[in-house]
Amino acid sequence: MSVALENNTSDFLNGVWKQNPVFVQVLGMCPVLAVTNTAINALAMGLATAFVLLMSNVVVSSLRRVVPNQVRIVTFILIIATFVTIVDYVIAAISLSLHKSLGAFISLIVVNCLILGRAEAFASKHSVTRSALDALGMGIGFTIGLLALGGVRELIGNGTLFGAPVLGDQFQPWTVMMLPPGGFFTLAAWLLLFNWLKVRRTARQEAIS
Amino acid sequence: MSDDQTTTPQRNPTVWIYGVVLSVGVVSSLAIVSVYEITRPMIAANRTAFRQSAILQVLLGSTNTATYQFDPVSEQFAKSETPDSTMEVVYAGFDDDGNLVGIAIETSGMGYQDKIRLLYGYSPDEQAIIGIRVLESRETPGLGDRVETDETYLSNFKSLDVRLNDDRSELSHAIEFVKPGLKAEPWQIDGITGATISSRAIAVMLRESAAKWIPHVQARLKNFESEIKHRPDKIAGSF
Repeated sequence: MSVALENNTSDFLNGVWKQNPVFVQVLGMCPVLAVTNTAINALAMGLATAFVLLMSNVVVSSLRRVVPNQVRIVTFILIIATFVTIVDYVIAAISLSLHKSLGAFISLIVVNCLILGRAEAFASKHSVTRSALDALGMGIGFTIGLLALGGVRELIGNGTLFGAPVLGDQFQPWTVMMLPPGGFFTLAAWLLLFNWLKVRRTARQEAIS
Repeated sequence: MSDDQTTTPQRNPTVWIYGVVLSVGVVSSLAIVSVYEITRPMIAANRTAFRQSAILQVLLGSTNTATYQFDPVSEQFAKSETPDSTMEVVYAGFDDDGNLVGIAIETSGMGYQDKIRLLYGYSPDEQAIIGIRVLESRETPGLGDRVETDETYLSNFKSLDVRLNDDRSELSHAIEFVKPGLKAEPWQIDGITGATISSRAIAVMLRESAAKWIPHVQARLKNFESEIKHRPDKIAGSF
């Protein structure tokens, strides 16, 4: 029992931290760079992706003994596209302006390699429970990654966070951070930090052994 | 853990392959159609509410709106809740007493990055544009999108002169775009430094749309005022 529990925990934490889709695997960079100009866009995109990831992982996993090997990718894409279309309608029903600011990137969740990657690499080989935990972990990890970019870009680029003024009137916004180059700058800074942490940890472990 | 292994199904392969893809496809379609049917009225309501709030914003003082379609042959405006999609429409705003506040007209044109969609309000009393609202744009955040937020720029549209000439066939002065701070006449629009292209784009859109619509609207004002005549209580109240 404890082995199963341990497995479940590690399946979940794997995506959140150890294999974080944005900072470690560097997957799905198209939405990561494109829609993280504000924190709210980043959060909405992260949640939408996490939902699609969870649903497609659950369905793919429960169909894993039924789907023939030759057509598995087609079936996975079909399942993913269905959930993306559903999310697209639901977001438009919740808020038209949010739907507009995310633009084409909602539909493009279909081709986010993170989702097909988890379906192929994990869900098609593991139980429904473990696939759901894996999807939750990856989804939360992806959302954290997007928020880390969106928060920094909105804060520096506009002086606000989730639309609320933070840095006050005397702050001169760095508009470039809201523009596409800002996405690359911010991502580079985060990757630098995470790689530095990794190098430091490895060095420390070597020193101990 | 036995459930962690993939077992390749040993069944009649061809029939099985077709069967699985077909069934997944059918179930997916059903799911999409159901969600579409459920969310459609909500999305339509969102669109209507958004347009409604934009109309009330560009026609300050109005509380009710109505949609009118324009018949290009007879050159008449006719009230229509479900306008023909091939016809152009304008929106009229009425105040609490049913008096016409003005006409809101939608226009669009090329901005810096992509198409800008714009709604503007025309007041027949003032013969002026009394408000604009950008409905959709992808202008650069912090630069071009100041056309939506810059108060100095927006004050251009509090009373932008679109008076007709003496024979009422065209505007007596076309709307002009001038460099920031050079506005001298009521039909001129001051640009924004750092957002020249976006602020000029809006001026050009307004110039073309106003030149086309204002003469029609002004000539057919009775089309819109008929609203009041169907409400006898209001007429009685005006005596």
